[in-house]
Amino acid sequence: MAKKLINVTVNGKSEERAVEPRTLLVHFLREDLHLTGAHIGCETSHCGACTVDLDGQSVKSCTHLAVQCDGSQVTTVEGLADKGVLHAVQEGFYKEHGLQCGFCTPGMLVRAYRFLQENPNPSEDEIRVGMSGNLCRCTGYQNIVKAVQYAARKLQSATAA
Amino acid sequence: MSAVIQTPEDREASLAGIGVSRLRKEDARFIQGKGNYVDDIKMPGMLHMDIVRSPIAHGRIKRINKEAALAIPGVRAVLTAEDLKPLKLHWMPTLAGDVAAVLADEKVHFQMQEVAVVIADDRYIAADGVEAVEVEYEELPVVIDPYAALAADAPVLREDLAGKTAGAHGPRDHHNHIFTWEAGDRSAADAAFAAAPIKVEQHMHYPRVHPCPLETCGCVASFDPIRGDLTTYITSQAPHVVRTVVSMLSGIPESKVRIVSPDIGGGFGNKVGIYPGYVCAIVSSIVLGRPVKWVEDRIENISSTAFARDYHMDGELAATEDGKILGLRVNVLADHGAFDACADPTKFPAGLFHICSGSYDIGAAHCSVKGVYTNKAPGGVAYRCSFRVTEAVYLIERMVDVLAQKLNIDKAEIRRRNFIRKEQFPYTSPFGFEYDSGDYHTALQKALDAVDYPALRAEQAAKRADPNSPTLMGIGLVSFTEVVGAGPSKMCDILGVGMFDSCEIRIHPTGSAIARMGTITQGQGHQTTYAQIIATELGIPSEVIQVEEGDTSTAPYGLGTYGSRSTPVAGAAIAMAARKIHAKARKIAAHMLEVSEADLDWEVDRFKVRGDDSRFKTMADVAWQSYHQPPAGLEPGLEAVHYYDPPNFTYPFGMYLCVVDIDRATGESKVRRFYALDDCGTRINPMIIEGQIHGGLTEGFAVAMGQQMPFDAQGNLMGNTLMDYFLPTAVETPKWETDYTVTPSPHHPLGAKGVAESPHVGSIPTFTSAVVDAFAHVGVTHLDMPHTSFRVWQALRDHGLAL
Repeated sequence: MAKKLINVTVNGKSEERAVEPRTLLVHFLREDLHLTGAHIGCETSHCGACTVDLDGQSVKSCTHLAVQCDGSQVTTVEGLADKGVLHAVQEGFYKEHGLQCGFCTPGMLVRAYRFLQENPNPSEDEIRVGMSGNLCRCTGYQNIVKAVQYAARKLQSATAA
Repeated sequence: MSAVIQTPEDREASLAGIGVSRLRKEDARFIQGKGNYVDDIKMPGMLHMDIVRSPIAHGRIKRINKEAALAIPGVRAVLTAEDLKPLKLHWMPTLAGDVAAVLADEKVHFQMQEVAVVIADDRYIAADGVEAVEVEYEELPVVIDPYAALAADAPVLREDLAGKTAGAHGPRDHHNHIFTWEAGDRSAADAAFAAAPIKVEQHMHYPRVHPCPLETCGCVASFDPIRGDLTTYITSQAPHVVRTVVSMLSGIPESKVRIVSPDIGGGFGNKVGIYPGYVCAIVSSIVLGRPVKWVEDRIENISSTAFARDYHMDGELAATEDGKILGLRVNVLADHGAFDACADPTKFPAGLFHICSGSYDIGAAHCSVKGVYTNKAPGGVAYRCSFRVTEAVYLIERMVDVLAQKLNIDKAEIRRRNFIRKEQFPYTSPFGFEYDSGDYHTALQKALDAVDYPALRAEQAAKRADPNSPTLMGIGLVSFTEVVGAGPSKMCDILGVGMFDSCEIRIHPTGSAIARMGTITQGQGHQTTYAQIIATELGIPSEVIQVEEGDTSTAPYGLGTYGSRSTPVAGAAIAMAARKIHAKARKIAAHMLEVSEADLDWEVDRFKVRGDDSRFKTMADVAWQSYHQPPAGLEPGLEAVHYYDPPNFTYPFGMYLCVVDIDRATGESKVRRFYALDDCGTRINPMIIEGQIHGGLTEGFAVAMGQQMPFDAQGNLMGNTLMDYFLPTAVETPKWETDYTVTPSPHHPLGAKGVAESPHVGSIPTFTSAVVDAFAHVGVTHLDMPHTSFRVWQALRDHGLAL
């Protein structure tokens, strides 16, 4: 199949690759760029394990084509930490036991990262709605809610400082 | 300058041992996208496999045409049963003593059955190849209803079993009959019923559901044609068993087979079995001499890998007029699908279903389980439970509620009257289980006090008195006992291998350690909690204890992680291995301190000379000595292996209480409150226990309130994507309250019983108990799951309660 040249900025790094037009963004990230943090849990965009940040929005990378992302900015879980310092959402999930098998975690983190920019001071109900595009089979969400609250507090205090 | 004097308490705290809510060792990689799941594994020259599946539930394969698929550039091979036949791999044995088709051999038996595989350069081309394989079928009559499967003129499903009047579990009396298994004493139970003044009976269906872990099943098989060895990375909860089976199937010596379970994205029983996809990927790698990856998609996962439950149950209780239960009878029709591929210990085709006398002292009991074939996918795994324990607990808890309603006794009170009393432990059940420990009355009272049960009942009475109340209020109560930690090898084996588990611990010269285990974590946090056990046993900080599992080339043989067996069996193996090391360390310490072993006291992390606090050797001192200059007569080094064959199962229990408010206009059931008190014996990491309980409750909520796998008359599965199959989001999921009591197991070295499945087992009947309770005042004794809004609304309508 004829390939198309695309350029996508992934975690701040410009990546130019020739891809088949049918290549899904998640496969582009996982197979071509070896960024295996985003996972595939379904093929109907329900589970959110493949969530990445695309031009400032949370998207399910299993239902985006790589060619649609030409010229875009993508952030994946691998891009959340800054020079080895964990992002507040990563710290929150660790401290509040917000993960078990870890399969949903990258998508959860990337979603929480965007959600807390959309709503920096959310209520518990707002967190539950804001994170509802991401499924977790292990935690029952209670500690994920706490993890997002932890991150919100930490980000707020950093802003205040 | 004064030395810092550390108290024993300080030193103990620094170990982060048993009882500490230690943060998880696993998390660093997962939160940075550095997990290593099967689909993350890439090997040079790796090909991709995809599966051609049957669109129909029952039919003959007339013709398979591979030509168009093979013509696609990048398609390397297409394999069918015909190709596997010369290798005798077109059928494989199941764990239940049956055989299952690897690729459909002349007939398909269920929709989405594996018919052919396509191996190609990448997964897109493999999918193109699947589309291009042409298969012509002749449709046959489909059997979906397990009762209809036993009609005299029902279609013959398993023609390969023609003439076989006995299966692995005794006689077969019909062509679609698999086994009939009984436990207890039928005549004693019949006598109890004949004499009892009160009898109740209830039919209930525990629907077919699917464990649906977020990561689907898959593997990367790599056969090295030069060395003749096979490495397979696989989503397995039991990698050592997979190695044994692969060796038996392929003829490759077990020493040349390496099975690795890397990070596993949840299992919940779904990843116990050995699926055709694994076998085909392995065969493909052997045939093509290159690594082959197969990862199923979600539709394939729900449609074809192991389902759970699907028990049609009839329960009966006999009792006195004041609610004392005298007898229990249970008859079950078990829908096993097309092949009997249940994952149960060999001797137990219905698992440990005979735990169905529950937490109650019942004089006489009998159960009978009949397994039948239908045109559905095979399975019958323990979805976050010990073997068929969820079904058993559901049955008895529902029956006790039914009896309470009949006698107009409160459901807490009837439980009190029937509980096995604390002083009766160890208690032998009418089915022969020896319950290790329990204190049900104390736990129930704690639960009732925690929720102010009388106030809830008063509120419910007020609501019922108000005809204009927009909601119905239901209170669910369950007091369950599980049987987990399979199990004693005199009773339990898988394919003849006893269900022990194992641990190997090595203490390094500088005092850090590595432990290798026969289990495999899938989110339970073994790398964290196992280290805590060693920390407490040996006085080494858990931070410097590495735990490895899942690689059969390095780990000692073990039966894996399912049925809440990790802590009861492998956790005991750790303690026993550690105690072997401790015993040797004591000898070395005595030698170093020039005293006899009897003069040493152990304190947290050191051996002290009795009466002289200044003379001691820490475990780290001993470790160095053991490598540097061990005492005469002792081998160098400090390590031990232990294979632990448990003397008994463990019996965790819990008291769960749920309050639901049902919207009389819409049928929506809102869980207002869910209180879960668990007793898992000794608690190793309370943070992880609580996390496991939250997860299990949520999976229980999913089963009770929404999960189902409905089939139409043609055998089409009516919902096999996450669009239809209910996995709750954070919005639907209730908020959980957890609590505990501690009744240690007397036979477990640590007193621990296992916990992660209790919340699933216990919560499901609690939800049903609550929903039914909302209708109890109009005489409803039972409603089958799932309690979806539509089904609940239908009940409202039928009883004149809908607004």
